[in-house]
Amino acid sequence: MLEVKGMQKRFGGIVATDNVHIDVVKGEIHAIIGPNGAGKTTLINQLSGEMKSDTGTVLFDGSDITRESASSRSLLGLARSFQITSIFQDFTAEDNVALAVQAHDGHSFRFWKPARSDARLRQPARTALEKVGLAERADIVASNLSHGEQRQLEIAMALATQPKMLLLDEPMAGMGTLESGRMVDTLKSLKGDITILLIEHDMDAVFALADRITVLVYGRAIATGSPDEIRANEDVRQAYLGDDHA
Amino acid sequence: MTLSLRTIVPAAVLVLLGLVPVIAGAIDEPFYIDLFSRMLILAIGASSLNLLLGYGGMVSFGHAVYLGIGAYVVGIFSFHSVEDGIEWMASGYVQIPAALIASAVFGLIIGAISLRTRGVYFIMITLAFAQMVYFLGVGIEYYGADDGLTLYGRSEFGDWLDLNESSTLYYVCFVALLLTLFVSYKLINSRFGIAIRSIKSNERRTRAIGIPSYRYRLTCFVIAATICGFAGALLANRTDFVSPDMMHWTRSGDLIIMVVLGGMGTLFGPLLGTVGFLLVEEILSSYTEYWQLFFGPLLILIVIFGKGGIDGLIQALANLVERKPKAAAQSRDGA
Repeated sequence: MLEVKGMQKRFGGIVATDNVHIDVVKGEIHAIIGPNGAGKTTLINQLSGEMKSDTGTVLFDGSDITRESASSRSLLGLARSFQITSIFQDFTAEDNVALAVQAHDGHSFRFWKPARSDARLRQPARTALEKVGLAERADIVASNLSHGEQRQLEIAMALATQPKMLLLDEPMAGMGTLESGRMVDTLKSLKGDITILLIEHDMDAVFALADRITVLVYGRAIATGSPDEIRANEDVRQAYLGDDHA
Repeated sequence: MTLSLRTIVPAAVLVLLGLVPVIAGAIDEPFYIDLFSRMLILAIGASSLNLLLGYGGMVSFGHAVYLGIGAYVVGIFSFHSVEDGIEWMASGYVQIPAALIASAVFGLIIGAISLRTRGVYFIMITLAFAQMVYFLGVGIEYYGADDGLTLYGRSEFGDWLDLNESSTLYYVCFVALLLTLFVSYKLINSRFGIAIRSIKSNERRTRAIGIPSYRYRLTCFVIAATICGFAGALLANRTDFVSPDMMHWTRSGDLIIMVVLGGMGTLFGPLLGTVGFLLVEEILSSYTEYWQLFFGPLLILIVIFGKGGIDGLIQALANLVERKPKAAAQSRDGA
């Protein structure tokens, strides 16, 4: 589904992404883990098209998207969420999702018909909110939602674009056990329909969800494998998991 | 939409504005028609700026330039119609579309370049463009340079619509304002309007969601420029005179003040702001020529305490009046 070859990104003397190869198979949840500063968010920014890569190619669903912009990648079916909650704070939950629907329903150069009563936008928005369990909070202004709800809203917005693939940047960040449990359930329910690339610090969540895991250290992918393989990998233990036990 | 104080007050203001020629005729003070027609025209200009400032988050500090461009098109056409005897150039049916096209073209060029920048740079670059056009006006001797250009005649629309009749001109401006408000209302609630507001709210997210922000911002910029150019064409007719002064940067500042004073990002805010601004100017300046000395602090007070300008004050007042039902509604939400 997503094939990354030889991707590189330098910030001055720092190599944030160092010759990374990742191959995400259709339908899987592929997690990327790594210590802080490993370059995980940089990688997502490169994949979503917000940040230009120095070198490397990205193949998405069989076509080369290396030169596509962020908005056109989104239109091709590659949706993302942000590590720091990024929603439209002054819009209601449903307006947030309806906007995502609108973005993928052709262009927005429609100047006359009221958008807020457009069933073509509202209906799919409702459906997406239901999928993440926010249907009852549809009319609440986003800034009044709890942190966990806002994170769910982000997923709903990504889903509303009917993506082939989701790039999720720490969807459980800052969540309590209960909230992250709900998020795990939500993501599980999407498994199979949508390919997911997941960056996450919450190891319980990663091992509960991921089909395969890639470990990123100092911008380099040091290992890729099933959760069990990663657990058993000696390099990984030293570089990352082992930190806890040292 | 429920009938709230926030719609009643602007509606009342509009009704009163609609009655100005009648009242002015009754008390035999034709001067008022002149004063209030300026108010209507600037309210159109402020409303157009509000599309950028209030809904699109684009702080254009050169918006008066389109007033000037619209006015100059009328002025220049009128000039050639007499000086060179080109009769069709006196026609309003030619002048108005030409004014709209000219401001749209300028808006497209200025916007295409300015919108590549953000924040303070955007403010500076729109200001710089406006000053360039201003000095162009000052520099062209042929069209009167900084002395300006007196119109040989107002735009001609045939016998049925004689702009030389001051109450006719007034009602043309009034209908133009209503039209502007209606178009703005449709625009900001359309898909385009939602896209523009989402860019203001969170541009990065808007792009990630699949909306290429630049072309929507640019379209909004051109629309606002065009509407303001229309106001400029009316202004030239009202004043019988055009000069570079119309697009001086302080005029752009006035437009921003009107929008902020009335309430950014609200449909009627710019109208209320313009009415407030010009009335205060009129009243204070009849007492002292240093009226701005008193206007400044007043403006600061309104911006600090009336969050959301006059519209915000009305909202606060409405909340005060309906406090009980409001509180009950809030506790229901919380439950």
